[in-house]
Amino acid sequence: MSAGTRGPGAGSGEALHRLSIRQLAEGLRARRFSSRELAQHFLQRIEAHDKTLNSFVTVTAERALAQAAAADARLAQGAGGPLTGIPIAQKDIFCTQGVKTSCGSRMLDSYVAPYDATIVRKLHAEAGAVMLGKCNMDEFAMGSSNETSWYGPVRNPWDLERVPGGSSGGSVAAVAAGLAPAATATDTGGSIRQPAALTGLTGIKPTYGRVSRYGMVAFASSLDQAGVVAHSAEDAAYVLQAMAGFDPLDSTSVDRPVDDYCAALDRPIEGLRIGLPKEYFAEGLDPACRAAIETAIGQFERLGARICEIRLPHAPLSVPTYYVVAPAEASSNLARYDGVRYGHRADGARTLEELYKKSRGEGFGAEVQRRIMIGTYVLSHGYYDAYYLKAQKVRRLIYDDFKRAFETVDLVVGPTAQNVAFKLGDKLDDPVAMYLNDIYTIAANLAGIPALSIPCGFVNGLPVGLQLMGNFFDEARLLNAAHQYQLATDWHLRRPHGFE
Amino acid sequence: MVSSEAKTGLKTPDAEWAEKWEAVIGLEVHVQLLTRSKIFSGAPTAYGAAPNTQASAIDLGLPGVLPVLNGEALRMAVMFGLAIDAHIAPRCVFARKHYFYPDLPKGYQISQYELPIVSQGHLDIEVEGQARRIGITRAHLEEDAGKSLHEGFGDQSGIDLNRAGTPLLEIVSEPDLRSPAEAVAYLKKLHQLVVYLGICDGNMQEGSFRCDANVSVRRKGEHKFGTRTETKNVNSFRFVEKAIAYEIERQIEVLESGGAVVQETRLFDPDRGETRAMRSKEEAMDYRYFPDPDLLPVVCTQEYIEGIRRQLPELPEAKKARFMDHYGLPAYDAGVLTAERALADYYEAVVESSGADPKLCANWVITDLLGGLNKLGCELAASPVSAGALAGLLKRIVDKTVSGKLAKEVFEAMLAGEGSADQIIAARGLVQITDEAAIVAAIEAVMAKNPSQLAEYRAGKDKLFGFFVGQVMKATQGKANPEAVNKLLKEKLASP
Repeated sequence: MSAGTRGPGAGSGEALHRLSIRQLAEGLRARRFSSRELAQHFLQRIEAHDKTLNSFVTVTAERALAQAAAADARLAQGAGGPLTGIPIAQKDIFCTQGVKTSCGSRMLDSYVAPYDATIVRKLHAEAGAVMLGKCNMDEFAMGSSNETSWYGPVRNPWDLERVPGGSSGGSVAAVAAGLAPAATATDTGGSIRQPAALTGLTGIKPTYGRVSRYGMVAFASSLDQAGVVAHSAEDAAYVLQAMAGFDPLDSTSVDRPVDDYCAALDRPIEGLRIGLPKEYFAEGLDPACRAAIETAIGQFERLGARICEIRLPHAPLSVPTYYVVAPAEASSNLARYDGVRYGHRADGARTLEELYKKSRGEGFGAEVQRRIMIGTYVLSHGYYDAYYLKAQKVRRLIYDDFKRAFETVDLVVGPTAQNVAFKLGDKLDDPVAMYLNDIYTIAANLAGIPALSIPCGFVNGLPVGLQLMGNFFDEARLLNAAHQYQLATDWHLRRPHGFE
Repeated sequence: MVSSEAKTGLKTPDAEWAEKWEAVIGLEVHVQLLTRSKIFSGAPTAYGAAPNTQASAIDLGLPGVLPVLNGEALRMAVMFGLAIDAHIAPRCVFARKHYFYPDLPKGYQISQYELPIVSQGHLDIEVEGQARRIGITRAHLEEDAGKSLHEGFGDQSGIDLNRAGTPLLEIVSEPDLRSPAEAVAYLKKLHQLVVYLGICDGNMQEGSFRCDANVSVRRKGEHKFGTRTETKNVNSFRFVEKAIAYEIERQIEVLESGGAVVQETRLFDPDRGETRAMRSKEEAMDYRYFPDPDLLPVVCTQEYIEGIRRQLPELPEAKKARFMDHYGLPAYDAGVLTAERALADYYEAVVESSGADPKLCANWVITDLLGGLNKLGCELAASPVSAGALAGLLKRIVDKTVSGKLAKEVFEAMLAGEGSADQIIAARGLVQITDEAAIVAAIEAVMAKNPSQLAEYRAGKDKLFGFFVGQVMKATQGKANPEAVNKLLKEKLASP
């Protein structure tokens, strides 16, 4: 066991942030430390490091200590599950009753939800996890660098001059720096996988409909899916297990039993059929990253997997398709932010129209406004057929590509991103270059299939991510393959300098 | 569709223009469905609550909330579709209709656009004895918006979101209507139907049944439709008639004076009895409809549809036919009694528990009950005399406890809330005298008191029989059984 090689330390001096979730749970049960001590440990690390990283919008120290005390009481009675007393961070896109939910936007800078998102309820009220705080993110999850946040950019712990990726930049920076053992995240076009790749983490986007979207501030409803970022597939499995499942409050969630992700981790992957789409290795992929990915694929072969080439002919159409569908839905989903009932309301408006224009003009940043305008345009009378309807047709073709692929393979492998983390500000003035960050991740969202990213090497001291995509509801197999790879490698155990 | 020839028989008050012009009318009716909770949330739908007390996080459009379709609203829409012999979509889709307004919390209304639940139905109407079939293009489910209140808040407006998310069925007719009278007949028929189905309370004042009218005119014989206007929110049958009549005449005037009708939305002002322009087509909004990604397409299986068909209540026309056939009622009576489902139910309850002759029951319900309620200005639902109570009275007529004449007095007392028929009969001593000996005694006393009339009668003046009946009834305070009086009086008067 890779996690076992480190061995559980003892006493108060042990590096609690270097333990896996399973080790933390064992430590809590063995009373080597309490949930309260655990929470304090991570809160202290946030205190020490987050001025540099800016990975949290809100730190909920008091709530964390109260939840930890409750967890300790449960654990003392021998009750609770594998997440009871384990601290985690929430992306600031999930509604938390009584705690600000900003979604990285000035629009919601003062917004406190009167209810908990389903996954917040499941993770904390039910599974007993402890919430450390709410993580920074690109505004309304629109961005690939965490530079569009109203709360400022997040820095990559591997190189403070570089971006952590986005939109779940705060979640990955916090976990990569050891400020939280795991964090929730969301993925509309790659917002879990791309930042996980850029920070050396394991990030999984489940099948569309596997995790409830209720209480998750909507960006593009038909693509949004909640997931988790953690150090390993095993850690991710523990957290995802508590999040997944049907929710009657979300019509698009699927009423189907949840597999036992943790139990599936240890299965050997002998004979696993992995497809290699040549479209994912075309021009644009950094050669050094490509080399790391090919080495990782070799590792899978050594573990007994059979690699074969497949075709995903419509995959190259993913980015243009996505940039019609996602903005269209976003322009609609963000129409509710009008300054009337909640959220930013501009001062001094004399007419209703002025109130709308000023509130939205001030409340939304440039990238959000850009996408609202694109979305409004593609849904307009006379353009709908040429853009939105056409994009839906292409989306169907992409879906069909994967359907066909999974008739002959179990998983599809490829890069998560074209390159390692780029410098802050590098792509800020070039939206198209920024959008190309998601070139390999978007297809899984358009098709609705689960996908994850795992660290598979380093280029110039920066992590490289490998992407695995699975068939519908095949999260267990994805996590299993990732875990088996992680048993044989140690990329996921590396920690950024200064945050060990 | 009906050709223009079918219209020549029309003799409505608007007929002055009918010589040269033809009106083309289509109605859009918003029917508020009688579900207990809203169409996409669990919040209650009751009318008249304090502002913003019946709006949940979902109705308020808070960040992160999601809609879940109320199955009851769907069931009601399917019921309506089946009742108008329409096509029920095996797969229908909810779409978002976008516009900004403070009482529209999400910035879009969830409605149906390309694939509505109901399409291609029809409703048969009758105007001045002429039957017409009016096509119903579609009926789709949607959520209502909230209300903006512009008075009482100084220079601001108040927003009440209680109504936001209330389920509506928007029923769109074909442009098949040709006169205000037809429009009203269609509207009344539709109103009767949705109330019958139990899917709407039909309360027009509270906005449960709202109508927008699309009106255009064209010269007789012309096949192309003229430019139409849409008159919004005409909320009584009378206003609909007035608004359409006004609009037809206004458009004809415009055209006859060489002008052109502007395609626009107009508002009816009931105080002035006229319509006025609200916004023109140039200002018309682009609603940017697209399928709502938060709601999956709704699939109605044949099994589901048939299950609802089996539960459909008897509809007005079928009920009327049955009343004529089964109870032997004349068409007029059957028509009156089946106009409202509640009245028909009332009538049937009276027949069943009284065991009285159905025609007698019909007379009592139509003449006495409806007449009495009308005088009281009271709705059937609030009637002081229940069906059971009326049946109690009719039983006493059948078993001859009271005469039909005295029964009217008893009923007046019942309407006044004096108690049950039996209580009133006992309290007022109205029990009919059927004991022959007592009647004979009364007859003999009357004969003794009126020797001259008796002699005249026996001398052949038959007309005096009525006088003796009156005297006997008077002597018994009207309580003597009239048939017995007749029979015994004949015997006694005949034999000296």
